Amino acid sequence: MIKRSPLVLGNKSLKDVTDDICAPVERFPSKGWVGLFLGAKTLLLFYIAVLASVVGIGIGLLGMNSPVFWGTMIVTFVFWIGIGHAGTLISAVLFLFRQKWRTSVARTAEAMTVFAVMTAGLFPLLHTGRPWLDYWLFPYPNQRGPLWVNFRSPLLWDVFAVSTYATVSMVFWYIGLIPDFATIKDRAKNTLRRKVYGALSLGWRGTARNWSHYEMLYLILAGLSTPLVLSVHTIVSFDFAVASLPGWHTTIFPPYFVAGAIFSGFAMVVTLMTLVRIGFKEFKNYVTLDHMEVMNKIIMTTGLLVGYAYASEFFIAWYSGNQYERFVFVNRAFGPYGWSYWTMVTCNVLIPQIFWLKSMRRSIPVMFVVSIFVNIGMWFERFVITVTSLHRDFLPSSWGMYEWTWFDSGVLIGSFGMFLTLFLLYLRLFPAVSIAEVKPVLNVGYDDKGGHH
Amino acid sequence: MANSTKGIAGIWEQESLVLKAARKTREAGFTKFEAISAYPVHGMEEACGIKRSWLPYVTFIAGVVGLGAGLLLTWWTSAVDWPINVGGKPLFSLPAFIPIMFELTILFAALSSVAALFYACKMPRIDPPVIDPDLTSHKFAIFVPFNDTGYDESRIEKMFKELGATEVKKTEF
Repeated sequence: MIKRSPLVLGNKSLKDVTDDICAPVERFPSKGWVGLFLGAKTLLLFYIAVLASVVGIGIGLLGMNSPVFWGTMIVTFVFWIGIGHAGTLISAVLFLFRQKWRTSVARTAEAMTVFAVMTAGLFPLLHTGRPWLDYWLFPYPNQRGPLWVNFRSPLLWDVFAVSTYATVSMVFWYIGLIPDFATIKDRAKNTLRRKVYGALSLGWRGTARNWSHYEMLYLILAGLSTPLVLSVHTIVSFDFAVASLPGWHTTIFPPYFVAGAIFSGFAMVVTLMTLVRIGFKEFKNYVTLDHMEVMNKIIMTTGLLVGYAYASEFFIAWYSGNQYERFVFVNRAFGPYGWSYWTMVTCNVLIPQIFWLKSMRRSIPVMFVVSIFVNIGMWFERFVITVTSLHRDFLPSSWGMYEWTWFDSGVLIGSFGMFLTLFLLYLRLFPAVSIAEVKPVLNVGYDDKGGHH
Repeated sequence: MANSTKGIAGIWEQESLVLKAARKTREAGFTKFEAISAYPVHGMEEACGIKRSWLPYVTFIAGVVGLGAGLLLTWWTSAVDWPINVGGKPLFSLPAFIPIMFELTILFAALSSVAALFYACKMPRIDPPVIDPDLTSHKFAIFVPFNDTGYDESRIEKMFKELGATEVKKTEF
């Protein structure tokens, strides 16, 4: 019989678990955290300044121009919303598959989802050019007819998909946090902490009746989030696939986008988790090398799926016999944006192959570097899809290039400031591993404790 | 808080002991007792005789309502209130409305289920009574309210002690 390896190392007691996970919330922040936070916050301030210029002066500060009307904002929107998908995959899909290893990474992955969706959500709102009129996106009774939104447009489907996704993942995350907030409240030595976390815990009492309902709700939300997360990136891909532009108008887009989203999201989880393990030593017993290895396997698998999609797209472009379709793909790989295509292929398909070696899957420096490359590659994937398809379509007379400005760079880099500021605050204020979910799996892999799980 | 109940509570430090204690408490004829733990204890529902949660019914009904609301909204705005010809498509173009209907199904179902949890667990509640602050960390408790059938403090205290409780105290919950 294959022996299960323990999910939590160090033979922890229930009290140890509580103490370990609450510690970062209760102690004074370390110098490393303060340093990172100051950096992230400065980047956020820079981001706010860039966005203020883009809103105040106009969207024309970005490199968008005829014929490339979708640029950095849409590319980065798809990038961040894709990042979010791994969090829901870990918290909901792996929960339905009864993957117990998910418990110690689920909380942080979900936090990543929430912050990534918040970061992503700004882009389409600002990309409208007149964000003060963004409420027009929603169907509400108005005095212009009433003139309703166009429900046949994929852009409107996206409004519904992304706002539902943001709402449900935030609720799911918060429900998971409630019992842990109660734990922090009960441990609190000072009144302010007791009051704040008491309010956040909503008066949770932990009776068997409450747990029974709670576990049922958790299962329901996992069951609802699973089709939801698949629908969100499917609908994001419809933004492209429903248009009749060569390079966009393909049926492979929904599964291709979902696989890519999971791929990039897991890469971001690995990036963040390697940093969390360095910054918060006590979490090394909860987020173990086994956890990291499993996630690296998922990265490699989804990387292969994405690679298959690239190849399949090329084959179908040739097989379709459509000269415009063929041209777009040849132009992608060998045209003026060829460098971005080969960056994408290198980062997404070639580099993750190193994970075939077990020693590489279990090496923290290697996985950190690979995950960064995957993040870069997946940003370029969206750049390739968006920009190379637009810049040369049917009529050579209307060809052009995307005029990248430093505002584009500012928007892209600044968005990491927003994400990292939120994430660092989360690490200090919320229990970063689910206390109530880890306790039932403590016995896994320890025969002598007679765990029944 | 005004709506807490007086009663007696035993405190345990081992999962297996509290499971047994919950079963014995139930066998002793108590029906209103509560078992309190920091995490969902495997087998506690059976031990306490708790029925399956009714939340899925709420989810289903809310999901159906959401689906209907999505259909009604898209049909009424696109085909009735202000019919506009978009690309020559039918006014009531159902396939295009499916994403909206799907998202509203999920949204209604999820939010209603959460509301149902709040109702079922009487949340939010300001400053709930705490029997022992370690109950959200590593201890377990069984609380029998004074109005339960056959309530007798000395008898319950003796029973809890025999079942391995480390502490028995009169309290409010």
